[in-house]
Amino acid sequence: MAIDTDKNSYTVIFAIVMVLVVGSILAGLAQGLKPMVKANERSEIQQNILYAMGVDANENPSDVEFVSTDIVEDEFKKFITKQYIIEGDKVTEDSEAYLLDIKKEESQAKDPNYTRKLPLFEGEKDGKPIYVIPIRGKGLWDAIWGFVAVNKDMVVQGVFFDHAGETPGLGSEIKQRYFMDDFEGEHLFNDSGAFEGITVAKGNADPKNDRKTDNAVDAIAGATITGDGVTAMIKKDLRMYVPYFKTLK
Amino acid sequence: MGLLSKKDSKLILDPLADDNPITIQVLGICSALAITAQLKPSIVMAVSVIFVLGAGNVVISLMRNIIPSKIRIIVQLVVVATLVIIVDQVLKAYAYSLSKELSVFIGLIITNCIIMGRFEAFALANGPWRSFLDGVGNALGYGVILIIVGFFRELLGSGTLLGFKVLGDSVEKTGLYAFGYENNGFMVLPPMALIVIGVIIWVQRSRNKDLIED
Repeated sequence: MAIDTDKNSYTVIFAIVMVLVVGSILAGLAQGLKPMVKANERSEIQQNILYAMGVDANENPSDVEFVSTDIVEDEFKKFITKQYIIEGDKVTEDSEAYLLDIKKEESQAKDPNYTRKLPLFEGEKDGKPIYVIPIRGKGLWDAIWGFVAVNKDMVVQGVFFDHAGETPGLGSEIKQRYFMDDFEGEHLFNDSGAFEGITVAKGNADPKNDRKTDNAVDAIAGATITGDGVTAMIKKDLRMYVPYFKTLK
Repeated sequence: MGLLSKKDSKLILDPLADDNPITIQVLGICSALAITAQLKPSIVMAVSVIFVLGAGNVVISLMRNIIPSKIRIIVQLVVVATLVIIVDQVLKAYAYSLSKELSVFIGLIITNCIIMGRFEAFALANGPWRSFLDGVGNALGYGVILIIVGFFRELLGSGTLLGFKVLGDSVEKTGLYAFGYENNGFMVLPPMALIVIGVIIWVQRSRNKDLIED
């Protein structure tokens, strides 16, 4: 049987059939694997939150190792005692708060009548309460996000940053230990008690990061825009939590 | 090899050495530079490409008489893209941290010129079995180089293999490190991958003078 594969009608029909076949294969596959992908994403958020508050599996000084996926569910329950959703003045407990879609909240918050939901995770470390706050912003190429753990005076206890597609070796270094560890102990308020955030700064002449109250950490050379993105997301997102932390005093 | 005729086994063996896609045809360099800082992603990438190229070649070969020649490149692209998405989804479901590590490079298998090259040059003109062998052969040739580069980069750059500390502990100064050995941090950066591939090409051509172009 000879088919005239050069005919236009044949070409069009072939294209349509191909798209339908391929589309249904992929849709079926995506649907079938969805629960597992979702579960992986959930454990990842839990791992990131725990990492920010210092619960990790690091062995070497340069490791960024999360607690293993098998135990993360239990560890998360153990270390995160309460999860809140803050809406304006209203604070509700919600054990699924960590699954709140920050990106969606961010875009909905553009509507001035919408009160943005802010998730907050409370845990305990060395007998003192510790609060983990999710943040989200823009790097050079794509989204960057992270989790900042603070104590009740909003002094940073630990951070975790991640990115969707920053330049390898430059912007992607924000998820390296040497950068993230610099934030530990940094103050978010300035000396006069106003919210200042933390600036990822070049030439702050503090490479070892000894000054914890200068509201600045050392930038990564060659990653200015990613660094500015980190500065911006810390300032913008953590500021929204200041009213809540005021009520804790 | 009793299983394969001489002509068929050539399809597998040639790309491993004298017709290697990376060192002789210099295709697929981008991913070879990007993901070889460690052995594990190199192996996963090699396996993924073996799957995509082997299966893709068979699919294209089976369809070779019904593909309209006007849109054959697009058809090839759709076949690669479908297979790559399958690999990506399966990794996301069963090896999540690995899929994060390989991130965009799994998607970039689509643009690996070895794959489209084999579809166009071989699968469109040959039967499924031979196409399968050709695909697997070329992907193996690609994978072998990837694994060699990954091996040396991880060993010399981090002092580990698949995460195991084969040279001793660099922090506690055991093993080789006790004698003052240091990891070469440059090995984990992309430029060193190019140099390692360059060295492989050099070694290969100095052993087989036929490969040297004038």
